[in-house]
Amino acid sequence: MTALLEVEALRAGYNGVEVLRGVDLRVETGEIVAVLGSNGVGKSTLNNNVCGLFRPYAGRVRFDGVDITGADPKHIVAAGLIQVPEGRRIFPNLTVRENLEMGGYRRGRSRRAQNLERVVTVFPRLKERLAQTAGTLSGGEQQMLAIGRGLMAEPQLLILDEPSLGLSPLMVEEMFNLVRRLNADGLSILLVEQNVVQSLELAARAYVIENGRIVLSGPAAALREDPALRKAYLGM
Amino acid sequence: MLELTILLPALINGLTLGAVYALVALGLTLIYGVLHIINFAHGSLLMAALYGVFFLNTGLGIDPYAAIVVMVPALFAAGYVLQRSVIGKASHGKDQNVLLVTLGIAIVIENLALALFSADTRTIDTPYAFEMVDLGIAFVPLPRVIAFIAALAVTAVLWFIIARTDLGRAIRAVAKERQGARLVGIDVDHIFAMSFGIGTACLGAAACLLLPTFYVSPGVGHVFVLIAFTVVVLGGMGSFVGALVGGFIIGVTESLGGLLLGESLGQIGIFLIFIAILLLRPTGLFGSRLS
Repeated sequence: MTALLEVEALRAGYNGVEVLRGVDLRVETGEIVAVLGSNGVGKSTLNNNVCGLFRPYAGRVRFDGVDITGADPKHIVAAGLIQVPEGRRIFPNLTVRENLEMGGYRRGRSRRAQNLERVVTVFPRLKERLAQTAGTLSGGEQQMLAIGRGLMAEPQLLILDEPSLGLSPLMVEEMFNLVRRLNADGLSILLVEQNVVQSLELAARAYVIENGRIVLSGPAAALREDPALRKAYLGM
Repeated sequence: MLELTILLPALINGLTLGAVYALVALGLTLIYGVLHIINFAHGSLLMAALYGVFFLNTGLGIDPYAAIVVMVPALFAAGYVLQRSVIGKASHGKDQNVLLVTLGIAIVIENLALALFSADTRTIDTPYAFEMVDLGIAFVPLPRVIAFIAALAVTAVLWFIIARTDLGRAIRAVAKERQGARLVGIDVDHIFAMSFGIGTACLGAAACLLLPTFYVSPGVGHVFVLIAFTVVVLGGMGSFVGALVGGFIIGVTESLGGLLLGESLGQIGIFLIFIAILLLRPTGLFGSRLS
């Protein structure tokens, strides 16, 4: 059986310096899979190589059975693999509505109006701010906009890179609830997070990265009880 | 004091001049706003466009205004190809490289023009060159009225593209957030080339509007590029409204300056404004926003 996303022995880095030293992971359709690890272990490098922003040094990335290793981001977006990046990367000079419309630039173009309607139902706060310039939104609203923009592309798999970063504890809770809701509606999600406790509550399975390698993986429930993980990340 | 009958025509003359300056500056400010390129080749591309209009007229008998339908697509294509195959490739993402590359392109185009067409100053004859339009307050040469209206029309079209179309949204998105743009599937290199192409297409339109009342020579680009840079700095780098308002201010300044100080000193006002803006408001009148 082929998984939705399959990463095989991925090696990648910047300017010849290897950050990822052979990463294997897979996401099945309908799953929430968490990729956990502290700052600088290579989580974003993994995302950016999967999404085509950088070319990996070695290894394979398959999406929906198709090899997308080193493909141009526009083809990867067209295939339905959508990343909501760390730091949001929304268009600050465009209005909220325009930002959402740009989410459907490459994919879901013909159903833009319906998708926009759906997104603002998920995020009522964005609806109030449709005409506002995106740069004037609060951090939490910008994160919503970034996710909303991702949803506009009718993703098959949504990669969320640190969606809780920089949000208040209340907003973090809201964000995780939202991820749960989106998944309940059938969306496959790869959640890349530093927030180990909450991510493990949410995910079906998880991978823990350290120094560019997967050091732990398995069902989230089992990882929650893993003594090594508890010691390293939960301080227990 | 000066009489209104002299002042008004000079003012209107300045506005018509300013509309064309604005058109040239719009191209420059679009290219800067999106690609962050100071395009030194802008003036020589205008010169090339003016030669295009000239030869279409003298060779094929095509009216300069009718030539717009040829020159705008031609200059767009030239700009697109230039960005995609030369500037983008040679720059490796470094601004100082881009500066040198566009300067190099300017030198090549200018010297090609010198070699092919000699340094002679050329003009075209049109049946309407000396026709005057009575605006009630002053008589204005017909070509200038046409240039004014057409320049504003082109500006309106440009504004529509940037503000209301998907291409325009993509252009503005790329201008501020390239990584985010790639993540929604925007082909950034294509959008860069489109922006450059649209910027140079403005020159195609400007050339058609200019030639009936102006001349062409290999060095003619310098006249405009200096003014266009002044307009862009005055209005604010990357600002559309700024380019339009700046164009009018500079046009009127030049026209009134010529009236008060004489033709040869007329442009002094432009550079006084330029220096004043750099000293007092380096971001220009309308900041550094695109559209």
